Amino acid sequence: MHVIAAVEMSRLGIARGDRSLFQDLDARLEAGQAVALTGANGAGKTSLLRALAGFIRPAEGTVRFTDAAGAEIEAETARRRIHLLGHLDGLRPGARVRDELAFHAAWLGGGAAEAAVERLSLEPLLELEVRKLSAGQRRRVALARLVAAPRPLWLLDEPGAPLDARWRGVLAELIAEHTAAGGLALIATHEPAHGLARTLELSV
Amino acid sequence: MSALTQLIRREITGAWQGGGGPLMACGFLACAAVLPPLASDAGPGALVEAALPITWLALALASLLSLERLFERDLDDGSLDLLSLGPAPLEAVVLIKALAHFLANGAPLALAAPVCAVSLGAPAGAAPMILLAALIAGLGFTLTGTLGAALALGARRGGLLIAVTVLPLLIPPLIFGAAATAQAAGGGDFGPALILLIAYTLFALALTPLAGAAAVRAAQG
Repeated sequence: MHVIAAVEMSRLGIARGDRSLFQDLDARLEAGQAVALTGANGAGKTSLLRALAGFIRPAEGTVRFTDAAGAEIEAETARRRIHLLGHLDGLRPGARVRDELAFHAAWLGGGAAEAAVERLSLEPLLELEVRKLSAGQRRRVALARLVAAPRPLWLLDEPGAPLDARWRGVLAELIAEHTAAGGLALIATHEPAHGLARTLELSV
Repeated sequence: MSALTQLIRREITGAWQGGGGPLMACGFLACAAVLPPLASDAGPGALVEAALPITWLALALASLLSLERLFERDLDDGSLDLLSLGPAPLEAVVLIKALAHFLANGAPLALAAPVCAVSLGAPAGAAPMILLAALIAGLGFTLTGTLGAALALGARRGGLLIAVTVLPLLIPPLIFGAAATAQAAGGGDFGPALILLIAYTLFALALTPLAGAAAVRAAQG
């Protein structure tokens, strides 16, 4: 079990089509750290998160994942240790919340679905179809997989956007618990980065 | 292992329920098979001759239905990303999606095909061979169609694009399948045609997971 203990980006550059989003990004993310990823609209926050998760090939530079002993983890293996929560919640509109949760927990490798339901107060929503949920409720169902299937690296793309103040608080708690247990988190956000120790700024 | 079982269950229920499951496909098959006789004023004798060709044409067209939703839906709601971060390689995900689509569409169509052909006038004795050939060809149709759906991912008017790109690729199984059933109906040797049909489907089985996964990755980038 190679748990990701550090992510290192060196001279990383990402381009979409002919347009270069950013270049020469050097950054290091270590176990126990939650880092806010900031930058203007279109600066490349989402693209950076997707590149770290292996969906976008960087135009230049490298991303290295290493375990606690400093040994490199292959990108394909690292992908199985990553949670990527983007703008889309990854929930099928026609499916019941209960079925989606069960699938996510099994597919992403966790057995803690019940703990996740309790943590995010999803009990009253379980029998509903996803299409009937509000945006905030859908996001809570999506966040449940972070709890249900423990993975060391969280890549979150504006996770709090559809949430109300109470659930943003819970989200901050989840992130704090995750890092306290040795996890890593990179969180794209436009909000003042409360509770996040460091900030990684993408400038255009 | 349980993760893969869960994926299979998810895909089958998705294909079965998501509007346009087996009933829709079989309904389309019936409609498509009924139209040519109505459009022709040739006598019943000509209809008997045309029973097998019409059935095969209807089968090929019906197998294109709902291919568009195979990946497009998962791309639109973000679950395709999740499927890529799971324990199984994307190649396995593509194969499982294709097989689930076959179970929900191709297999029911293959069951309906002998009924369709015999009611148009094909000899009842040919029904078992029609079922067998339609099952093998249906798997080939689905696998090729899955590849087309993966390649068309993210394109506008994807459904039309899939039909235009996939239909020409369905010509070989159409020829082999129709030949095998025609030989069986006429009491001839259906072996060579059936073997070629099996070869096509095996080729699609080998190609689709690899090429389909590559196409999906390109669409996610």
